[in-house]
Amino acid sequence: MRRDRLRVAVYSMLIGAVLLGLWQAAVAGKPAGKSVPGPAAVAAAAAQMLAHPFYDNGPNDKGIGLQLAASLGRMAIGYTIASIVAVSLGVVLGLSPVLYRAVNPYVQVLKPISPLAWMPLFLYTIRDSAQAAVLVIVMSSLWPTLANTAFGVASIKRDYLNVADILMLSWPRRLVTVILPAAAPAIVAGLRISVGSAWVAIVAAEMLIGGTGIGYFVWNEWNNLALTSVIFAILAIGLIGVLLDAGLGRLSRRLSYQE
Amino acid sequence: MHGSEASRDGALGRAVERSIEYAVFGGEVGRRAFIARVGASAATAALASAFPLAAARALAQDKAGLPEKKDLKVGFIPITCATPIIMAEPMGFYKKHGLNVQVTKASSWAMIRDLSINGETDATHMLSPMPLAISLGVGSQSVPYVMPAVENINGQAITLATKHKGVTSPAQMKGFKFGVPFDFSMHNFLLRYYLAEGGVDPDKDVQIRAVPPPEMVANLRAGNLDGYLAPDPFNQRAVFEEVGFIHLLSKEIWPGHPCCAFAAKREFASSAPNTFRALLSAIVDATQYARDRGHRKEIAAAIAPKNFLNQPVEVLEQVLTGVYPDGLGNTKTVPDRIDFDPFPYHSMAIWILTQMKRWGYLKTDVTYRKVAEDVFLAGACRDTLRALGYKAPETTSVKHVFALGKTRLFDPDRPDEYLASFPIRKA
Repeated sequence: MRRDRLRVAVYSMLIGAVLLGLWQAAVAGKPAGKSVPGPAAVAAAAAQMLAHPFYDNGPNDKGIGLQLAASLGRMAIGYTIASIVAVSLGVVLGLSPVLYRAVNPYVQVLKPISPLAWMPLFLYTIRDSAQAAVLVIVMSSLWPTLANTAFGVASIKRDYLNVADILMLSWPRRLVTVILPAAAPAIVAGLRISVGSAWVAIVAAEMLIGGTGIGYFVWNEWNNLALTSVIFAILAIGLIGVLLDAGLGRLSRRLSYQE
Repeated sequence: MHGSEASRDGALGRAVERSIEYAVFGGEVGRRAFIARVGASAATAALASAFPLAAARALAQDKAGLPEKKDLKVGFIPITCATPIIMAEPMGFYKKHGLNVQVTKASSWAMIRDLSINGETDATHMLSPMPLAISLGVGSQSVPYVMPAVENINGQAITLATKHKGVTSPAQMKGFKFGVPFDFSMHNFLLRYYLAEGGVDPDKDVQIRAVPPPEMVANLRAGNLDGYLAPDPFNQRAVFEEVGFIHLLSKEIWPGHPCCAFAAKREFASSAPNTFRALLSAIVDATQYARDRGHRKEIAAAIAPKNFLNQPVEVLEQVLTGVYPDGLGNTKTVPDRIDFDPFPYHSMAIWILTQMKRWGYLKTDVTYRKVAEDVFLAGACRDTLRALGYKAPETTSVKHVFALGKTRLFDPDRPDEYLASFPIRKA
């Protein structure tokens, strides 16, 4: 087991080194600034940006830390709203097979719509670009949680609910002590998928609406064809995505149970 | 503070002082006696020590013209056309006119429109056809807009991908994919005009797509576009990146054509008239400063940073000074490649409306002149220019001369005849 772990780490680092080497070899010998920058150039840009991650030079020029914080903040609001709505609705649908089948067609139609497709409609109706962006996050992180919650609640063992009936548990107690814990692994699996899609959507949404945020940072650097910054931002986005996923992965391990 | 307002404010200030002196000294006789003994300025100073004269003066002026709202947001797209709007922040023109303005970058023209309509910006950089289109509800919800100043004249170009180096005329451009920044842009109308003058139907023989300016160079490089009629710096940036060459400057189509503009909702102009006037003064002041070619290098350095255009200074200098490599190995010197002139002639608006009609954007009949006068506030611009001590044109409507092979004259009094004279048109 321990030897396996060591081998995984060594292989992983080797793959990383090979990828970096290929990247460096592909751009070597090309004039700087006229082609895709190499890893050295990106590292230099990263060092420069990470040296002052929180500088604030007016609304159009902020450090990478502030940009990421803005995106995470925006995402937190949208994701929280979506999760509350999706879990509540999911429990109701999971408990009522009839309602589930009645609502399902609508969910199926709404689910595949790219959250960004809603943007013009939100901008037109809400008349506020920041709120429109938050709503895009809501749309992106609603469906996986909803579907998983409904499925999780629907597949709770009848025995558990029967016991709750026999004990004549009140509705709130039944929800908190039986339904939610029993469906928790499924719910968290849904939340985990949702956080990924929310993070994917926020970057694209910010590219459209502008303002502060990592998505707009990418767009702004692209505007200047500053690919070093773009590549660094891509790496930062990926890293944050991994951290978000790992956080929820840890939560799901804590909430899982053996029947 | 500009000429007439300064003298008016001065007179008002003196009137306030005087009425306070009357009150303090008990009428004209007592006041004169006091002044005769100590001298006029000493009298005022003595009085000021006992009475807050400055405060009283400010209070009176408040009614006469201080801005209702000082903290403002003005939207812009990062292109050199927005030069006066942007430079007015780092170079202090907004401050000079008593405003605290934050210029806010937007990602696309649709976003500029929505931020402004939704009131997230107070006033905004726009393409000069946009306030007309929005006021008419064409391609947007209908919201009355006013456009009191043009930002720049000229300042656009047709850039073609390097692989089309042999192309010299529109006839060779059949089948091309072109980018323009927005449907309601001078870029779109000038590109269509140019192609049609060369016998190419812009709706049938080529493809024209709206592409946000910052994405144009990348699309040219990727081969998604064969060329574009774009605002600078993206023409010069294509040369800098060695992916394209400048085929034609837009001033070779219509010398002195309007390009971008400064606009606001009519509601903003009427609900905060003093703010609107101060803002217009700052913009016109900055535009006139940019007009002086001696200032162009200094301006290029001021607007290049990340906060504003986020472009290499070298590229901006090439655009603003008009000494530039064209991507075909020549260095050109065209001092008025981009120029700055705030005056929004009604005839410019009428030309834009005829083109909106020509290409089927405007499907109803409108009284061109009425729309032009409602949206292009030539009178307000003239007053502002004069108040700042600049010359302003007497007439708000002139005949415009178009260049290209055969010279055409646009007579704003005969728009229908003008429209009928084009063999290639939709309407």
